Amino acid sequence: MGGEIWVVGEVDAAGALTKLSGEAATAARALGEAGGREVTGIVVAPEPDGAAASLAAFLPTVLAVRAPEMARRAAAAVVAARIVALAAAAQERPAYFVLSATPDGRDLAGMLSVLLEIGVIVNATGLTWDAAADGVPAGPRVEMQPFGGRVLTSSGFTGERGIILLRPNMVTAEPLAVPGSVEECTTGEVVDLPLVRVIERVVTESPGPSIEEARVIVAGGRGVGGPDGFAGLRELAGLLGGAVGASRAAVDAGWIDYATQIGQTGKTVKPAVYLAFGVSGAIQHKVGMQTAETIIAVDRDPDAPIGEFADLFVVADLAAVVPALAAALRARAG
Amino acid sequence: MRIVVLVKPVPDPGEERLGDDGRLDRSVSAVINGNDEYVLEAALKLVEAHGGEVTLLSMAPAGITDPIRKALAMGATRAVLVTDPALAGACSWSTTQVLAAALRTLEYDLVLAGADTSDGGGGVVAAGVATLLGLPYLSHARRIEPFDGGVRVERLSAAGHDVLEATLPAVVVGTQLLGEPRYPSLRGIMGARSKEIAVRTLAEIGLADRPVGGAHATTALLAARRPAPRGSGRVVRDPDPVAAASAIVDFLVERRAL
Ligand SMILES: Cc1cc2nc3c(=O)[nH]c(=O)nc-3n(C[C@H](O)[C@H](O)[C@H](O)COP(=O)(O)OP(=O)(O)OC[C@H]3O[C@@H](n4cnc5c(N)ncnc54)[C@H](O)[C@@H]3O)c2cc1C
Repeated sequence: MGGEIWVVGEVDAAGALTKLSGEAATAARALGEAGGREVTGIVVAPEPDGAAASLAAFLPTVLAVRAPEMARRAAAAVVAARIVALAAAAQERPAYFVLSATPDGRDLAGMLSVLLEIGVIVNATGLTWDAAADGVPAGPRVEMQPFGGRVLTSSGFTGERGIILLRPNMVTAEPLAVPGSVEECTTGEVVDLPLVRVIERVVTESPGPSIEEARVIVAGGRGVGGPDGFAGLRELAGLLGGAVGASRAAVDAGWIDYATQIGQTGKTVKPAVYLAFGVSGAIQHKVGMQTAETIIAVDRDPDAPIGEFADLFVVADLAAVVPALAAALRARAG
Repeated sequence: MRIVVLVKPVPDPGEERLGDDGRLDRSVSAVINGNDEYVLEAALKLVEAHGGEVTLLSMAPAGITDPIRKALAMGATRAVLVTDPALAGACSWSTTQVLAAALRTLEYDLVLAGADTSDGGGGVVAAGVATLLGLPYLSHARRIEPFDGGVRVERLSAAGHDVLEATLPAVVVGTQLLGEPRYPSLRGIMGARSKEIAVRTLAEIGLADRPVGGAHATTALLAARRPAPRGSGRVVRDPDPVAAASAIVDFLVERRAL
């Protein structure tokens, strides 16, 4: 049996395990079963017990590491140092890590990569275990969709170790029939990373479901005309059980928060349905959403580029279509 | 304040393609990675306000200097380009080693990098660079503000933002919220022609015998294919609002989304 697979669970502002962590754990478990590797979960937090118990719903063994300093320090350096210490103390060093493709997950992966001298594969959209091939040993095969999904690739690690960052919503989280156990765990200090002080944590948004996790996205662009236009899109999103997204033009205009921006310098999403209103479909927007299963666009310009890749393209003034669609959806809901 | 900005030339977004060897085809026209332009803009504003200079640091094939000239035209003082045939096909681990080694030959108070790259880069390099250099690492910044001996950063969080502080030198990774990058002025473009692009090989940054570069990649591409093309879409032209709404509802039903 080779080295273990470790899953690092992320906690949200309230200390709860993130949804993506359950997906990462499920993906890692399948990998472990196929490759004959033990899978261990790890939660490093000021109060890790709750999140560790949540992670144990998906994994047989979870280590809960109490790190009180995380309340006042940026997470990555604290978590990386604890994981390096756990790896040093383990009987056999872990072979693979499955982390979340989030800002925190990327920070952690970058640090672990150099501290443990292992490679990273980012933005995984699928994970399998495969036999040795093309000079790459048996191990995880990581599917990615780079360049906004214009290519599908499969990659592996050349050594028998590596870090994988999994994107949200690629795997359905499946709990174990019998939850695993949580082990409280302390670590010595192996590396000393410079710490970054947290002076203040400012909460401004109601933490709704992130657009990366939404099954339906109702997106607005410059054509929406202003912040008031987004109220109509919010209503539609509510009726469809989805979230509101935006183009950069709408974000730059200050009509809506950057957290909703989709595209090259915003989020990459893969919802079941993407409904765009007044979004022209510029390449920098397209790369963030073109792998949506169904794309519906409403734009008054028949030549808008989004018409070239929408499954349904409605050439019309959105100001009239949005309320009519809301009425139709309300009527259906009865 | 001496700032080094990590900039990566990337294929023009939308034009990226893989060559027969499975590596990114670098022959298509290159631009500066979008996220790097935002941090470059932030760096230029910082030196305008506090004095100092901006050095660009890039690892790229030798021929790709147009994007670096453009970044110089925006106002950077000079550029350092690490280029070596051995670096073709380098993985993110190698890139991290190379940039950290190059930084060891430079003097700086602040290193800035963009959140990720549009050619499939995952935004893991800067954290590794900070770790190798033993520097504080502050990421996902929407605002960067130096103070005496330190830097204060507003880092986007899932719920809002965190205010972080660290001592200098430090590595900061920034986002689009730092502000729209400027266009090079005509004077900037003229001036950039005579600015220095110092070219360094692996040996010159002390990595001659280290296992970095394509031959030592930690990851390997095993297969690549094109996704099935989307079927051609349906177009509904100039419907009245009710017809538009029912076209959308019908389509959602057809796609089993309602
Ligand atoms: C480095 C870089 C990074 C970028 N990153 C991103 C990114 O992450 N995400 C992103 O979205 N963009 C990004 N952009 C910007 C991108 O190039 C486009 O400028 C932007 O996507 C345009 O937004 P839009 O579609 O809302 O606006 P426009 O292109 O102005 O389109 C507005 C559309 O609304 C339609 N319209 C107007 N009024 C109505 C009406 N009443 N009814 C119906 N339709 C109407 C118009 O016909 C038009 O098609 C980036 C650009 C750069 C250079």
